[in-house]
Amino acid sequence: MSRLAAGPIIPSFSQGSSCERNNGWFCTDWLHQHWGDTLQPALVQHVELTVIAVGVGFGISFLLALAGFRFRLFDLPIGVFADLLYTIPSLALFQLLVPLTGLTVTTVEVALISYTLFILYRNIVAGLRAVPDEVLESARGMGLTRLQTFIRVELPLAVPALMAGLRIATVSTVSIATVAAFVIPEGLGEPIFTGLQEDLFKTEILAAGLLAVALALGADLLLVLLARALTPWSRLT
Amino acid sequence: MIAGSTFLDTLRFIPHHAGLLLDKTGETAELSFAALGVALAIALPIGLWLGHKHRGLFFALGVSTLGRALPTVALIAFFLPLLGIGLWNNLAALVVLGVPPILTNAYFAVEGVEADAVEAARGMGLTELQILARVELPLGLPLLLAGLRIAAVFVIATATIAGIFGGGGLGEIIGDQGSYRLSGVLAASLFVAALALLTALAIAAVQRAAYRRMSPST
Amino acid sequence: MPSEAAELVFDEATKRYPDREDAAVDRLSLTVPAGEICVLVGPSGGGKTTALKLVNRLIPLSSGDIRIDGVSILEHDLTELRRSIGYVIQQVGLFPHYTVEGNIGVVPRLYGESRSWIKARSAELLELVGLDQSYARRFPAQLSGGERQRVGLARALAANPPLMLMDEPFGAIDPIVRARLQDEFLRLHRDVRKTVVFVTHDVDEAIKIGDRIAILREGGVLAQYDTPARILEHPVDDFVADFVGRDRALKALALRTLDELELAPAGAAEDGLPRLPAETSLRDALALLVAERKDALVVTDADGTPRGTVTREDLLG
Repeated sequence: MSRLAAGPIIPSFSQGSSCERNNGWFCTDWLHQHWGDTLQPALVQHVELTVIAVGVGFGISFLLALAGFRFRLFDLPIGVFADLLYTIPSLALFQLLVPLTGLTVTTVEVALISYTLFILYRNIVAGLRAVPDEVLESARGMGLTRLQTFIRVELPLAVPALMAGLRIATVSTVSIATVAAFVIPEGLGEPIFTGLQEDLFKTEILAAGLLAVALALGADLLLVLLARALTPWSRLT
Repeated sequence: MIAGSTFLDTLRFIPHHAGLLLDKTGETAELSFAALGVALAIALPIGLWLGHKHRGLFFALGVSTLGRALPTVALIAFFLPLLGIGLWNNLAALVVLGVPPILTNAYFAVEGVEADAVEAARGMGLTELQILARVELPLGLPLLLAGLRIAAVFVIATATIAGIFGGGGLGEIIGDQGSYRLSGVLAASLFVAALALLTALAIAAVQRAAYRRMSPST
Repeated sequence: MPSEAAELVFDEATKRYPDREDAAVDRLSLTVPAGEICVLVGPSGGGKTTALKLVNRLIPLSSGDIRIDGVSILEHDLTELRRSIGYVIQQVGLFPHYTVEGNIGVVPRLYGESRSWIKARSAELLELVGLDQSYARRFPAQLSGGERQRVGLARALAANPPLMLMDEPFGAIDPIVRARLQDEFLRLHRDVRKTVVFVTHDVDEAIKIGDRIAILREGGVLAQYDTPARILEHPVDDFVADFVGRDRALKALALRTLDELELAPAGAAEDGLPRLPAETSLRDALALLVAERKDALVVTDADGTPRGTVTREDLLG
């Protein structure tokens, strides 16, 4: 059921340029030739895998965080559960899910989502709890209801911590999603595997690896900018 | 349902191949702990010293983000042509992944220690190294151990993947469904999950003890 | 929106905690007339902050009652009650993610006031608390401690509450700025005439700010409730006398001005005597006589025209 081939990696002799035939470190002609049919689709798939995982993970974490914040009783068990999921090595988690959900995107997403919970849940709860006592007291003293205090005070003040969590979760997910290629031929992990199987074709491995790093850092930067736009007050101190 | 019978097969595989599984678990553990040791030796002095000096905030943050961004698969693949298939390649990749969380947490563990405590120590005539060893390190220990825990989880997860590329250990079984069949793959997955959990729990236990020593009331 | 000042009555108001034998506030009864400043003062453990928080029900009463303009606080809807009472605390508690204008607008927005109304109200209040209009767009992180407390005061006044509760509002501010804030608060109070309950642990602040002072002793028992002058001149017992300090006679002098004395007609003897305007406090006048080793001084109008003379004995009553 796994996509992993058995036995040794068999070299396949490429017929491209001399750089490709000699397996040079970085063959730009290969890059030109295969950007459209290999790297670009892989990049798009990788973005999709990441956006879905972080989006759904955020939704679930947010609901769990509301529960853990409102009812302290739930906080410890949810935290420990997320911690456990995070600890299971990605390859093992993928393999363990395969009998349940098959060699599908679902398997990959379930694993990726479960990794985001650990970071997002803790950050959201910590952000909601970090509102200073005097701010809560003045909110109460001014006659804000519990719900108004949550929506107008606690939630906006949790945004910096929430965005910090989102950054970590997104960067991690981009990285872990390369492992998804063990299960489905999607994402930037796929060209890396192909490169490995084609006699360690370095250009393909490097190009895909660097793209993944660039994607992670680019997403991180975007989220930093978003966080700054969302929290004009926190830039001042 | 295939899932049911698969898990039954897996349950049968474990007692039949207990020796093999334990050997391979040992290999994964050896590789992981060796990599963690090297990562500690590299990251700890740098992180502690920068934190003590309150310098290099952006370096610490950058290392942490970059460490998370590095795709493990690409990293192993990257070192293959340089170091060849085998121990050194895998060790190098694992060390590269283990360093960032340890370095960043060591930095923030020491950097975040109350300035008053440090100033008091300096006022009492402790040398910088004594301040680091007797004040900052004990106070920052829980956070430092949290970093070690994350690094351990990272490294074990990656050591598994490394197994597929000639690194031995449980990854070898997981990557070779042709020989071990799905039940073997799943059994190995369970073992590696258990290894990661036990390692994380052990570090978490030390972490809790360190917390409790600092604040006996809670 | 609420408006004019309200009369506040504590009627046997009591707070007990189940795990403590002593009451935090023990059958407190006093009346704060509309528009007056009542200062609650006393040693820690005297329950002054507890008494304050009973009023807006941040702490629920155990027994007794508190009435605002004759209506029990228990009959009010809780959030309505709190919105209609201005609340100022030592740490201010401004919302860090709102601008100064946004902070001032919190309660008016709950009352459904329009943006333009809030903008105008914020401008008016900034002026009242002595802050430049440019502050409206700033965030709390950009303000000094004194400025934050001014904004806190403006925020509490925003919905024009008939009653203000102030819990050590100037307690965290350095002495020089504190004195200025006290002066400005008194000036502001002359303009807006709210009923104010003001908690402090500083006797001098209580004497300076209060129309009336309630001294609470440990166990939340009211020791004395009176005007500053009467408390200084006639403390009911040793506890109050100790609490206001050995220098209470001097403090009492600080409350009165030369204006209030009967003057002897100014004669030829005034030559060589120190001259002071009529609004000078008796304490400052006495200090001058001591410093200059004189027994009498000339009281003048603001423009320096002599009104008459007083002797050292006149000052000491």
